[in-house]
Amino acid sequence: MIARLFALFALVAMPVSAEVAVQEVTTDGGLTAWLVEAPEIPFVALEIRFRGGTSLDVPGKEGAVSLMAGLLEEGAGNLDALGFAAARDALAASYRFGARTDSLSVSARFLSENRDEAVDLLRLAMVDPSFSADAVERVRGQMLAGLRADAQDPSVLAGIAFARAGFGDHVYARPSDGTPESISALTVDDIRAAHRATMARDRAYIAAVGDISAADLAPILDKLLGDLPATGAPLPGPATVALDGQVIVETFPSPQSVILFGHEGLREDDPDFFPAFVVSEILGGGRFGTRLMTEVREKRGLTYGIGAGLSIMDHAALVTGQVQTANGTVKDTIDVIRAEWARIPEITPEELEAAKTYLTGAYPLRWDGNANIARALVGLQLSGYPRDYPSKRNTYIEAVTLEDANRAARRVFDPERLSFVVVGNPVGLGSP
Amino acid sequence: MRFLLTFLILLLPFSAAADERVSAFALDNGLQVVVIEDRRAPVVVHMVWYRVGAADETSGESGLAHFLEHLMFKGTKTMAPGEFSQRVSAQGGSDNAFTAWDYTAYFQRVAADRLDMVMGMEADRMVNLTLAQGDVDTERNVVLEERATRVESDPGGLFSEQRQATMYLNHPYGRPIIGWRHEIEALSRDAALKFYKAHYAPDNAILVVAGDVTPDEVRELAQRHYGPIPAHGGIGGRVRPAEPPQIAERRVVMQDDRVGQPYLVRSYLAPSRQTGSQADPAALVVLAQLLGGAGPNSALSRALQFDSRLAVQTNAYYDPTGYDHSTLTLIVVPAPGITLAEAETALDAVLEDFLATGVNPGDFSTIMARIKAQQIYAQDSTMGVARRYGTALTSGLTVGDEIAWPEILQSVTPDQVMEAARKVLDRKQSTTGWLRKDIDQ
Repeated sequence: MIARLFALFALVAMPVSAEVAVQEVTTDGGLTAWLVEAPEIPFVALEIRFRGGTSLDVPGKEGAVSLMAGLLEEGAGNLDALGFAAARDALAASYRFGARTDSLSVSARFLSENRDEAVDLLRLAMVDPSFSADAVERVRGQMLAGLRADAQDPSVLAGIAFARAGFGDHVYARPSDGTPESISALTVDDIRAAHRATMARDRAYIAAVGDISAADLAPILDKLLGDLPATGAPLPGPATVALDGQVIVETFPSPQSVILFGHEGLREDDPDFFPAFVVSEILGGGRFGTRLMTEVREKRGLTYGIGAGLSIMDHAALVTGQVQTANGTVKDTIDVIRAEWARIPEITPEELEAAKTYLTGAYPLRWDGNANIARALVGLQLSGYPRDYPSKRNTYIEAVTLEDANRAARRVFDPERLSFVVVGNPVGLGSP
Repeated sequence: MRFLLTFLILLLPFSAAADERVSAFALDNGLQVVVIEDRRAPVVVHMVWYRVGAADETSGESGLAHFLEHLMFKGTKTMAPGEFSQRVSAQGGSDNAFTAWDYTAYFQRVAADRLDMVMGMEADRMVNLTLAQGDVDTERNVVLEERATRVESDPGGLFSEQRQATMYLNHPYGRPIIGWRHEIEALSRDAALKFYKAHYAPDNAILVVAGDVTPDEVRELAQRHYGPIPAHGGIGGRVRPAEPPQIAERRVVMQDDRVGQPYLVRSYLAPSRQTGSQADPAALVVLAQLLGGAGPNSALSRALQFDSRLAVQTNAYYDPTGYDHSTLTLIVVPAPGITLAEAETALDAVLEDFLATGVNPGDFSTIMARIKAQQIYAQDSTMGVARRYGTALTSGLTVGDEIAWPEILQSVTPDQVMEAARKVLDRKQSTTGWLRKDIDQ
């Protein structure tokens, strides 16, 4: 939980830092986890991420990791899907398994009163899932239904087209939920292989927040993860970002067009990361007062919402943004975005101060809610930050000078490379 | 201004169930105040809820409540357009607003010591809104784009709007919250200001403050900022045109080329929580879980996804809170090769079987355990707890009703569930919608 140091917060002016009392827990089995003890509500939020995720799909087996994750609760040990659901709900525990591009996530909540049973059942799902033919067919059917709906969703189509344009032949260019063809062809062996490849101890990042002590957490983690393979499949290499000023239009019958835009960005360990991060907030933070929101929505009424920012993946770093507008105003919207991109290196001292005040003020407000904090802590571990990062982070924002901001703006935001993917029926979009 | 404190009347000091510390009081001008203490983080959520929503609009002006919600960010006598949100974000906070049929609410989430500031601004725009014609025109376009994004770009959005309109012959719940496009296009500055003056006043509002605060702090600040605003005095009860008894089932069959996955939705008119009378809605919450809301522990999932394999997905949903009505909704997504007609026949067979055999005791105890746990997990979100109280109080309920609700929910019996099921699951009081791409689906 947030340390009581925060009592001081009311007395001093900003900036403030997030004083989250994070303990590091090392288990007998050699796992490490971050823990925040919060006994106020009698439950624990446990977040585990396995680095790799759907990027570990073998070529031709796209969607295997997603299907595997969807099957973990569909029968394990001696329990079939119905038995597992009944056992889980009788304990009132909740487990969620998510397949993301760079990680496989396990999000669990369980009550203090039956913690051991809830952990045993979660272990069963993680370590000993059945992948019975029956369950595979049922979940495959659900995934195919989802893909049929996605195939008619302009936002999903735009995301797929953007990845294809941006990542060339890297695994990131492939749809992480697979295609109807790849999903239909997956066998139980493929699914077992995806399980072994992704859920291994060498790539696990763990955070727990709630009503539990370090001494109680350590053996639970060994129990949960101890019987998983020590190592998983090798991670993919870096991607080359191939966004170089393209405008790609995919026709789709809709009154509005979905527009994704972006180009290569930079990583957290880049010396210009914090300046660029502050600049991206000034430009595209999805709130009122940011440049894109002011120009596209507030002044012109072209959209309900627009945002842009740094998106950092394990093997590529991008600047990306999204907006939806009527087909007739796609060209105007793109023109405004391009003009704003060109205007970025004119950050004013007032804009910089306002963005810094917002970012430093908003940061401590993020740390509320056990599940929320657990997710944030695992995210920090995956990005390679140290445990005291929450208390330091605002000083990095504070240190950004106007010179830094404008230098980073010129270096990172490039109107020449800014690329657009449009899905809809846009009017007046000739060749760029 | 401290002397004004003497005008405070403390109405209802409550001490809720173990971990939820709720107090409530009212100011002289009729503003109701609810304080929820949660000291886990130095954060506070400040919300003002008005007892006015889309169902309180005049016929022909659909979307006005929501349009006004947007315009509330366009400035007051002392604040420039957009300045409200900019001041909140300059403090690291976030702010937004939302509109439903029964309420319009505005909130800010800020560091606890910024409560004074946001309260001052929210009180200001309760009475001092000024609207420039140019801002109104631009914002109308924003709302039209919002409608295009949320509704028109998605056949599921259009389908839901059509079903909602079909469910109500007379009650304004049949009207889309965002408004029909042709009526949004005609919404004027004058109409918005008239609606504002008619409905925005302390005696038509509820202040909910949740987080790292004490009731005394909130009381003092509320008195300072909201206390001086005079009561409207003339805001009457919310009498909406009543829905006549439904005597014939209705159908909506919608075809759209953009449909990737066909599905069917069956909605039954159902009662909502009314003050002092919450037992039936509580039974309906459990019924929805038994039918489809609890995955494999639900009748629909077991019959259609596990046994017959006629469906790839099933669900059931019931919102117990609504000023006048609610609906119990069932959803079936058929497996490939299964038509919507076949899926509907199968759905009706499951319902018939449920009514004939009654509650499965295993499912019942599992679902009751789940409901109890959800109440514990729900405390993790301060905003969620604040929203619960705001929703209840704008839907005709009292703080006492909301505090009593978790226990009423936990004391539901299988007999109550079956009684509620027999009352509600009557096809004559239902609307069934099919969404498909082709006629043969």
